[in-house]
Amino acid sequence: MVVDRLAAGANALTDLTDMDEGDEGDEGDEGVDGLFHALADATRRDIVRRCTHGELSVSRLAMAYPMSFAAVQKHVAVLERAGLVTKQRHGREQLVRTVPDAVHRARLALDQLETAWRERVDRMSGLLAPVPTP
Amino acid sequence: MTVIRVDKDVDNLTLTLVAEFDAPIERVWQLWADPRLLERWWGPPTYPATVEVHELAPGGEVSYVLTGPDGEGNRGWWRITAVDPPRSLAFVDGFADRDGTPRAGLPTTTIEVRLGEHEGGTRMEMRSTFASVEHMEQVVDMGGVEGLQRAVGQVDALLAG
Repeated sequence: MVVDRLAAGANALTDLTDMDEGDEGDEGDEGVDGLFHALADATRRDIVRRCTHGELSVSRLAMAYPMSFAAVQKHVAVLERAGLVTKQRHGREQLVRTVPDAVHRARLALDQLETAWRERVDRMSGLLAPVPTP
Repeated sequence: MTVIRVDKDVDNLTLTLVAEFDAPIERVWQLWADPRLLERWWGPPTYPATVEVHELAPGGEVSYVLTGPDGEGNRGWWRITAVDPPRSLAFVDGFADRDGTPRAGLPTTTIEVRLGEHEGGTRMEMRSTFASVEHMEQVVDMGGVEGLQRAVGQVDALLAG
């Protein structure tokens, strides 16, 4: 399984332990490592999702996150190395586009939906907790 | 730890989550059955929910608004397909127009919830099945995933350091 092969170097991948089987066919260890690393970060997952339906410039993306242009550029570079996005220069802009892949997209969306449900459960727990004495 | 298991099935576009609560089943059920409680957890703090109609009966409707930071409301609805208090609830969740009318032609999510007594508390299993990848992306956009902003902030701090 992919998970076994990743186990050795996967210190940053604790939230991706249940990645699905059946991916190992056409990607070598290096490719899988790069892919998992690229998708192990919430900002990068969001960039991939946003650039699915059309190109967005790096500066446009930088406006969407509370971080610097350079930080967003670093994220895009990681995604580009993993083969998840392509980057093209257009005048002064660098346009980012997600390489279409239904499995990647499904995984990203499920990760975000998992986050949403974990937060719902947290709020449910909060409502069930005994009322603290003032 | 409250969430004890999450299964993400990429082939069938299904998210299954199992959680345990240190509370009796009746109280956990009320989080679904009482609209005033439901609206305190259904939407994230940045997109709080207001539940306008809440009829937990087979064929019954729930309608809600998630109000974003810009004041714009994203409307949604449930159609209840099965309900067995306090053990199970099944419904279809969809998008609605401004006036609350279910939007025709847009995909829907099927959600099944089961509650059971477990070691003095309550175990909840939630299974959510989506119609398509596009639909999952729409749900993410509409719901405003709170954790994203938080995680982004943490990453920014790391990169800055």
